[in-house]
Order: sequence, then structure tokens, then C-alpha cells
Amino acid sequence: MSGASNETIDVVLHVWRQPPGGEGRMVTYTEEAKGISPDMSFLEMLDVVNERLIAKGEEPIAFEHDCREGICGSCGMMINGQPHGPQKGTATCQLHMREFRDGDEIYVEPWRARAFPVLRDLIVDRSAFDRIIEAGGYITAPTGSAPDANLIPVPKEAADAAMDAAACIACGACVAACPNNAAHLFTAAKLQHLNLLPQGQAERYQRTVAMVEAMEEYFGSCTMHGECQEACPKEISVDFIAYMNRDFVKAQLKNRKLAGQT
Amino acid sequence: MIGELNSKVPSGPIEDRWTNHKFDLRLVAPNNRRKFQVIIVGTGLAGASAAATLGEQGYNVKVFTYHDTPRRAHSIAAQGGINAAKNYKSDGDSVFRLFYDTIKGGDFRSRESNVYRLAEESVNIIDQAVAQGVPFAREYGGLLDNRSFGGAQVSRTFYARGQTGQQLLLGAYQQMMRQVRQGTVKLYTRTEMLDLVVKDGVACGIVVRDLVTGQVTSHSAHAVLLCTGGYGNVFYLSTNAKYSNATAIWRAHRRGALFANPCFTQIHPTCIPASDEFQSKLTLMSESLRNDGRIWVPVDPDDTRPPDQIPESERDYFLERKYPSFGNLVPRDVASRNAKAVVDQGRGVGPLKNGVYLDFSSAIERIGVEKIRERYGNLFDMYERITDENPYEVPMRIYPAVHYTMGGLWVDYNLMSNVPGLFVLGEANFSDHGANRLGASALMQGLADGYFIISYTLADYLAGLLGTDPVPTDDPVFADAERSVGDTVARLLSIKGTRSVDHFHRELGKIMWDHCGMARNKAGLEKALSEIPALREEFWKDVRVLGGAALNQSLEKATRVADFFELGELMVRDALHREESCGGHFREEHQTEDGEALRDDENFAYVAAWEWTGKGNEPVLHREPLKFEYVTPTQRSYK
Ligand SMILES: Cc1cc2nc3c(=O)[nH]c(=O)nc-3n(C[C@H](O)[C@H](O)[C@H](O)COP(=O)(O)OP(=O)(O)OC[C@H]3O[C@@H](n4cnc5c(N)ncnc54)[C@H](O)[C@@H]3O)c2cc1C
Ligand code: FES
Repeated sequence: MSGASNETIDVVLHVWRQPPGGEGRMVTYTEEAKGISPDMSFLEMLDVVNERLIAKGEEPIAFEHDCREGICGSCGMMINGQPHGPQKGTATCQLHMREFRDGDEIYVEPWRARAFPVLRDLIVDRSAFDRIIEAGGYITAPTGSAPDANLIPVPKEAADAAMDAAACIACGACVAACPNNAAHLFTAAKLQHLNLLPQGQAERYQRTVAMVEAMEEYFGSCTMHGECQEACPKEISVDFIAYMNRDFVKAQLKNRKLAGQT
Repeated sequence: MIGELNSKVPSGPIEDRWTNHKFDLRLVAPNNRRKFQVIIVGTGLAGASAAATLGEQGYNVKVFTYHDTPRRAHSIAAQGGINAAKNYKSDGDSVFRLFYDTIKGGDFRSRESNVYRLAEESVNIIDQAVAQGVPFAREYGGLLDNRSFGGAQVSRTFYARGQTGQQLLLGAYQQMMRQVRQGTVKLYTRTEMLDLVVKDGVACGIVVRDLVTGQVTSHSAHAVLLCTGGYGNVFYLSTNAKYSNATAIWRAHRRGALFANPCFTQIHPTCIPASDEFQSKLTLMSESLRNDGRIWVPVDPDDTRPPDQIPESERDYFLERKYPSFGNLVPRDVASRNAKAVVDQGRGVGPLKNGVYLDFSSAIERIGVEKIRERYGNLFDMYERITDENPYEVPMRIYPAVHYTMGGLWVDYNLMSNVPGLFVLGEANFSDHGANRLGASALMQGLADGYFIISYTLADYLAGLLGTDPVPTDDPVFADAERSVGDTVARLLSIKGTRSVDHFHRELGKIMWDHCGMARNKAGLEKALSEIPALREEFWKDVRVLGGAALNQSLEKATRVADFFELGELMVRDALHREESCGGHFREEHQTEDGEALRDDENFAYVAAWEWTGKGNEPVLHREPLKFEYVTPTQRSYK
């Protein structure tokens, strides 16, 4: 049983520091990253480093975080070249220092992608994701127009698969992991969440085309490396990309007047 | 001066009140709606649902959030579920029963009319969410699944795995983005509201700061809706997201909006205990765990054996012992207080003796490990990731933590504050949960407010403004407010003291937790009343905020913590004045013989609404009496 262990570790941090509007570079912190408890989360370790930097009169490392429970998708950084670090299926905020050893060197960088410009240190602008949703990532359901919720039964398998896709937290790890900076896993997850449900059928093909086109405006193309699935803190499957591609092809061929008769 | 508070609660039979009231409200014709500018601050469940609905109806909406995208709002973290009186399980649920449970659960400190309306609208929320594609859990036949939650004796909670808040928020966010696409909603991200602008007593706009550039600007509108969430982070350690704060509502309070029941705070019983002083926030373990987990501590405070070696006869299942009919499912305030009592007796477990066991071994024996994995798998994984302990084998350790604030800005039945034109929705208002909120009811309230209430009541207000333009942003009221925001920012940057913002926030949190937390008494509250202003003064002299105005997270924190100081003081005052115990407000001086909360309906059956009277002045208390016509106040009993 662990709980609170007394031993601490010393690590060496190399962190990307970039002032707003300026050039960035890696900076090494040795003294500041000593005496770290393995029970701390990675972000708590950064909190400690930041307190020490402030005490020395240096500006703290800027990084995004909010829920610290792996659900809001705010956090996200490259840790030793891996999005969200070494632990599979784990967002940065849920990563704990017990994954590291005394003396480890840890390299911390922002997501690197053309569509995600760095705003400061580890903070990037991910608003391109919102543009994809805006293009068609919804089911048109004006308030007040809904029929009784149990009117249309949804097969449990479909509901479960939709939920698997809907678990995406839009952190951007998939884009950061991809050699082409493609956003296919994000887009496919968002798309298939809706396309798999009976409620989502009416707009299925127009939604697919609109979201894929918006995606292509900002992000690279997919050459099936599969790095995205490996990096995803929610372990979303690349199978959804195959479904998206299938729907996209169908949408191109589809006689729209027959769309309701799939 | 503020006169008599008018709650605008309709009369007549309770089941007809909302319907009749809707009919009595004025409408805005579809072709006139685009003539109105509406500002919404916040894109959580309340804000996003309001923006989607008002945009769809044709109003011009501007929506603001300090997050990088609307979908990060704290609502995303809600795990357990959302209540609705659908009675799909035919287990005796009804609108009246949900109403009754909520009034009773709130310990008779909420308005009957509001709560009844909430219960009525609950059923529509589920329909709406399903139509949007929210993937709620389903049974094998394809119909919606329900579970019982947080002490309810019926199964009325709808859920999407352990991610109900996430899925409901995505539903609302997507509807809102549809309106962004259509041009009715304009979205401002990374933009923080730092002041409310009021002209001649009427809300007319807001002052915001662009968090990337640091630029301060104004926006004007016919009405302002604050949907900015709760203020649990005044305690520093809470289950709230780290950025959650009170600045929007506190600034509005300073501009004249009354703050109601600020001391009503919910302490959630099932959170992971703090592990060391670097702890940055506390993690909630969903309440649904109490359906299958049994809570206990060793009988002997000096028992250091591992839990599996403590025989049944030497365990104290204290909730089951004290409350045979509700057992581990007593409401949150009762469960939390009892956990505190056993820890205070020195019977806490874990290395810091700061928790109680939540044990699944009998459930695993009864229904098997697979069933348990299916129900709680992701929660168990999360627990293991944080504590490095496997809850399938070792009982979880839990302890109460600050979770939700029932208090908030005072609003009438129309969700309008006492400042005309200022509406408040979701956790930011005080409206529906009295002194204690039932599990799975916050999501319900946020969405009822945003989807089904505000469009009617806002229209009634706007109808009276047809033909008028919003106050232009070059009006001196805007310049004044901008200057005041700019001054605060400049001052914080110029102090150049020796202590970080977090240092002060932690210290404030400690005072609040020790004296205004789970149990309160006169001496402690008075102590807090002297300590908080002293610490605040030190903050304004010695805080160290390095850097400039552009993208500066220490500066963001500093503006928020500055407001927490003032709010914290008001909470303490409110707790001190309320000489009774009710719901989450437990005054040690007022308890029954067996340690239960002892209400004083004779003297305290009212909403305490506080008026800001300027820096350094004592706030003025206004009382809104509460009348109970349908549920007779009784001493709550869960025995
Ligand atoms: C861990 C956890 C689990 C929970 N689980 C449940 C549950 O299972 N069921 C349930 O019913 N309830 C649950 N709750 C409670 C519930 O999640 C919240 O009460 C509810 O989501 C609040 O929604 P909201 O829309 O009022 O505010 P929030 O979701 O907090 O949104 C606030 C919004 O306001 C914005 N904002 C705030 N201030 C400003 C400002 N000054 N300028 C610009 N923008 C601003 C933020 O950016 C954000 O968009 C849970 C709460 C927690 C902490
Ligand atoms: S901080 Fe929310 S996912 Fe990590």
C-alpha cells in the first residue's frame, strides 16, 4: 500500500519557454525540480517548480489545465516526445511522478502543429477544432421540438459505440502525435458519435462533407500511421477514421434525394 | 436603497403556476428579436443552452468565456448523472415526488414555486438532450437506463457512463456552435468579464479583458446573463476546476446585485483525501459509488491493521448503524458530517488518518467483480491512478471536500436579479437547492434555466425595451468601468511583493475550511472575520505578480483571488448571522441530541440576501421570507 511515500526524487526539466509574440527556446531547470514527491501529479510538480521560479523572481511556466481530472481537455504537452507523456490512456493532469525515476531528464514542449500556434510557453491555440464543429458537428435539434426520449429506441451497441467516440476531450494529442499533423481522429470521433445514432441520420452525409472539408482547411492529411490512437488519452480507436472515410465516399456518391433510404 | 424583495412568485395551484405565468409573460415577435442584443457570460450547461436557445429564436447573442473553447467549462467534469421525473421505471416517481425530495433535501430553504418548475421541466431536458444525440446509457432493449443516486428512493437518474456532464455539455455546445455558424451567436473565447456596467440602476453591458493581448474593452446590450458557475474555489482545495471563480458574480454584486445565502456550501462526502501540502485540488469519486460501497472505520482508533484483517465485529459501519433505512445513501450533508465526526474522534484511516473506508468487498461477493467493473470501471481506474491502490482489492479511502455552492446571486422567479436587465442562471444563482443540493440536480437546474426558462422570462423583459438602443460603449459609464478594471490590473502588476498568488489563496482557503467549512461556530467565525481582512491587506501589499498584461496566468489568478477575499468575508458573515443549522450549514451550537442539524423555522425561514455598501462598510441584510404551502417543514429524518 502506498498512499503518501516519504521518498522524493530529483529530476532535471527542460522546458520550452516562449514569451507572447516572441521566439522560444528550451530552458533547463535543475534546482527547481528537486525533492519531488512521487505522489504528486505532473502538474503539481510544475506548480512546485513555478512557486520556486516566482520566489526567484522569474516568470512561471505557462501551461493550460483546469479540471485536473482528465476530462476537460485543457492540459496537454509533449513529455519526452510523447503527447501527455509515457502512461498510456492518461492525460497529463492524471500522470503522476511515480512514473519517473530519480535523476530522470524530462523534456517538456508544447504541441507542435501548424494549426496550433504557440501563444506562450506550453500554451497553444486550438480553436481550429471549434471551426470543425461549427461546420457541422451537431444534430439540428431546436429547443422545445424534441419528442419523448424513449420514442426511438437506440440499440445498446449503437449507443455504446457512439459513447466510445463521444469520449473525445479535444485535447489535440492526436494532432500533435501525427507526423502530418492530421486531425482525422478528432474529426472522426466527433462525426461518428453523431453518425452512429438514429437521431443523426438525417444530416449524416452533409455533416460528413462539411466537417471533413473544414478539417482539411486547417490540418494535414492522414497516411495511416496510427500514432494518434497511441497518443489518445481516451484511447479512441482509429476504426472511427475508417468509418469516416466510408461515410465520406458514400456522401460523394450519394444521390441526396435518397439519403433517407439508407 | 433596495426596497422589499419581490420574488415575483406566481400564485394559484402549484402545478399550474409556471404554465399560467408563461401565458402572462409578454412575448417578442420573431421579426423583432434581431433588434435585441443579449450578452451571455459563461458557456457551461447554463450558458451554452441559453445561447443555443436564444440564438435559435433569433436574438443577437454575444457569448463570453475565459476558456480557449466553450467546451472546457467546468460542467464537463460532472460524472454521476442528471435527474428527471420521467418515471420510466414505474417505481413511483412523479414531478411532485422530485419536487418534494428537492425541497426536503434542501432542508426547507428554497422556494416551492421554483423547485416545482424545475421538477416539471426536468422531463423536457431529457427529451432535448436525446434529440441532440447525447449518448445516454441504454438497456438491451434500446430504452434509456436509469439509476438511483444520492439518496433517492426511486431510479430517476439518467447517465452517460461516468461522463454525464461532458455529454450534456457537448450537446449544448454543439447546438450553440450551430448558431455561431448561422451568425446569431458571436463567440468570444479567452475573454474574461471583469465588470458589470450599470446605468441608472439598469444593467447595460460588461467590461472584458482579452486574456491573450491583455486589452480591456466594453460590450453593451439590452440584457446581461451571467452563467458563470459556482464559487467553491474560495476554499482553495475543492473539486471544482482550477479556473472556476466568483469574479463575474462578485463584480455584479459590487454593482448592486444582492448575494443570497453565500454561506450555503456543499461538502461532498466521497472525494479522495489530500495526500500532502502540494495538493492542488481534490478529486471527486462519484456518489454513485455509495450504491454499492459500504462506509466504515475501525472501532478502535489505534487499530493499525490493514483493512482486510479487521474482523467485521471490529468495524463501525457508522452510517448503516445510525441511519438503518437510508444507510450509506443518506444525503450528502449528513454523510459528510458523520465522516468528519469519526475522523475527529481519531478513527480516520490512511497514512494521514484523514479518510474513511468505502469498501466494495461485499458488493463484489454479491454480484461479482465483472458487474462492479462494468458499473464503476473508469472511477476505479481513476482512483488507482491517483493513489496507486487497487480498489478491487483494498477499500477506497474517501473524505468530504467542497463541491458546490448553493448560494449565489439573488434572482426572482424570472431569474432576474434585483438589478433590472441582469439575469443569473445555473450554479451562479441561488435559486433552487436551498441549503443542500441533491445529487444529479445541478445539471438539471443549469439546463432548465438555459433551455426552458430564460427564453420566456427574458422576452418579457425585452418586450418593454422594444425600439430602444443599447447604451453606446462610448457612454461615460463604460469608460469609468474600464478605467476601474485597468487600475486594478495595473495595481496588481505594480505591487511586486514577495509572495505568490497561490500562497495567499491557500491561506485564505485554510481560514475558510477551518472556520466556515463542514462545521461552524461563533468563536471560529469571529476569528475568521478578523483574519480575512488582515490577510487581504497583506495580499494587496505583498503579492508578487511578475510580467505584463499579455497572457499572464498569475495575473488572471490574482484578479480572481482578490475577489475571493471579499466573498469569503461575506460567507463568514452570513454563517455567523444564521443562528441555526440547516443542510450544509452546520452551526455546532444548534444541533439535536443525536447531533443532527437543528433548524429554526421560526426565525430563519428566509433567504438572506446581502447588499454591498462599499469597501470597508458592513453589508446590509435583506430577507425574503419562505412560505411552504405544499410540503410541511419537518425535521429531516433519514433513520
Ligand atoms: C467534479 C464534479 C462533479 C459533478 N457531478 C455532478 C453530477 O453528476 N450531477 C449534477 O447534477 N451536478 C454535478 N456537479 C455540479 C455541476 O457540474 C455544476 O454545478 C454545473 O455544471 C454548473 O454549470 P454552470 O453552467 O452553472 O457553470 P460552469 O459549467 O461552471 O460554467 C461556467 C462558465 O462561465 C465561464 N466564466 C466564469 N466566469 C467568467 C468570467 N468572469 N468571464 C468569462 N467567462 C466566465 C467559464 O468559462 C465557463 O464557461 C458536479 C460538480 C463537480 C465539481
Ligand atoms: S486538466 Fe482537464 S484534462 Fe487535464
